[in-house]
Amino acid sequence: MSLSVYLARHMQVMIATLGELMRAPLSNMMTIAVIGIALALPTGLQVLLKNVQQVTAQWDGAAQISLYLKDSVTTKQAESLTKLLTKRQDVKSANNITPDSAMTEFRKNSGFGEALDALEENPFPALIVVYPSDNNDSIISVEAMLADFRARPEVERAQFDLQWLKRLFAIMDFGRRGIWVLAVLLSLSVLLVVGNTIRLAIENRREEIEIIKLIGGTDAFIRRPFLYNGFWFGLSGGVISWILVTLALWLLSGPVGQLATLYNSNYQLTTLDLTASAILLGFSVLLGLAGSWLAVSRHLHAIEPQ
Amino acid sequence: MIEFHNVSKRYPGSTDALSQIDFKLASSEMAFLTGHSGAGKSTLLKLIALLIRPTTGQVLVNSENLGRVQPKRIPYVRRKIGMIFQDHKLLFDRTVFDNVALPLVIMGMPHQEIGRRVRASLDKVGLLNKEKAYPITLSGGQQQRVGIARAVVNKPSILLADEPTGNLDPELSSEVMEIFAQFQQVGTCVLIASHDLDLIRRMGHRTLILRDGKMVADGTLSKPASEANQ
Repeated sequence: MSLSVYLARHMQVMIATLGELMRAPLSNMMTIAVIGIALALPTGLQVLLKNVQQVTAQWDGAAQISLYLKDSVTTKQAESLTKLLTKRQDVKSANNITPDSAMTEFRKNSGFGEALDALEENPFPALIVVYPSDNNDSIISVEAMLADFRARPEVERAQFDLQWLKRLFAIMDFGRRGIWVLAVLLSLSVLLVVGNTIRLAIENRREEIEIIKLIGGTDAFIRRPFLYNGFWFGLSGGVISWILVTLALWLLSGPVGQLATLYNSNYQLTTLDLTASAILLGFSVLLGLAGSWLAVSRHLHAIEPQ
Repeated sequence: MIEFHNVSKRYPGSTDALSQIDFKLASSEMAFLTGHSGAGKSTLLKLIALLIRPTTGQVLVNSENLGRVQPKRIPYVRRKIGMIFQDHKLLFDRTVFDNVALPLVIMGMPHQEIGRRVRASLDKVGLLNKEKAYPITLSGGQQQRVGIARAVVNKPSILLADEPTGNLDPELSSEVMEIFAQFQQVGTCVLIASHDLDLIRRMGHRTLILRDGKMVADGTLSKPASEANQ
């Protein structure tokens, strides 16, 4: 068999199986919808998680360490320490805030200026605000930097203000795992749904399979239409789930925009981009093929002409 | 060419369906296989088509020892054998053309070639005008002829027919037999299982008679039907 004939046969089977799918849209739609919904759930959650990650990434960049200096440290010493810290590789920048400027700023912004007047001394300690460099803003490296800073004699207290971010990351980690578990379970169910549908299709065509075996059809020839059947189930299920996720995100985009406005942000929901869509469809096709392969390899051998 | 060397077949939990069968059928030879039901006619045909394997002995088809054929290669052996069944085994959701084309499609033959061969084959059985019809709209005799067209479309060297005239009236039976005779004349080895002794006698070909799994006669049938049928 020449390659062109072989490819032409594949095309023919591909189109023929698509035609069969369209001829019985209702019963096939059930299977496709099950696949679509099963895949939409983990995909949608994944996209939402990605959004949360993006939002927190903005905060993450704002991670800062406050170094409260001892009272004995002079302004000069504070300045040289700031310069020293700026030279560190894991530090993007360091900002020296003297007690005077801290008081000025507080007076200006807080509205408690008069309360300050009642105090005899400037209550603000000298402060250096350290911004970790971009690739060192993970919890672990910040933790290491904190330990480092605390060991310095000038530093009274080093504080990482975003403790809650740590917790959020832990929750997101948990969420990611949860989504994976969900995705695995739902993929498994897609596999079984496709497998079962193909098994029924094989049962329905038992006589035809027997006849083809009688006149010399190879297993590959008999397998082919069922595999393409699974391919189409996978592809159309993937398209359905893409539509469902996109629709859901579109419904959410309004409220999210409003929420973002309240936070003075023009954040927009991340939707399924090209890569994510390709992965979704590819994975869906793969599941369809695997499901039908499962059914075909299990049930085709049981059909032998008598 | 078909050769049986000391072939026996025993199904699990029963006596021998065939025992110690020995015969040779040359290419371009036509023979009948007869005997009462349960004598082993179908078992013998199934052995040739590799639907079952012998318990002992060797079956050779075109000098190839079927005992050495791996399961994966069985389809390729079957392509050299045209098979005709009493119940026709046609696909009722496909046209006559598609039914006859099936063996060629399986072999991966180019499209134009398929059309040419299918029409030639349908022409031979006199059904060229029915290529677009569905089998359900055809009479029993016509369906059988579609089955024959499908069996011969890829020009197999061997034709096996299991009770091909079982459901046909005498006139149609003779027609079908004539078609078989034509294939024999162009070099095909034809083996027909039948219990229609009148027809067999009329055709006057070599006849193998089975009784309880044993071959009891091998020759041209000239005896009265009652005697051969015991």
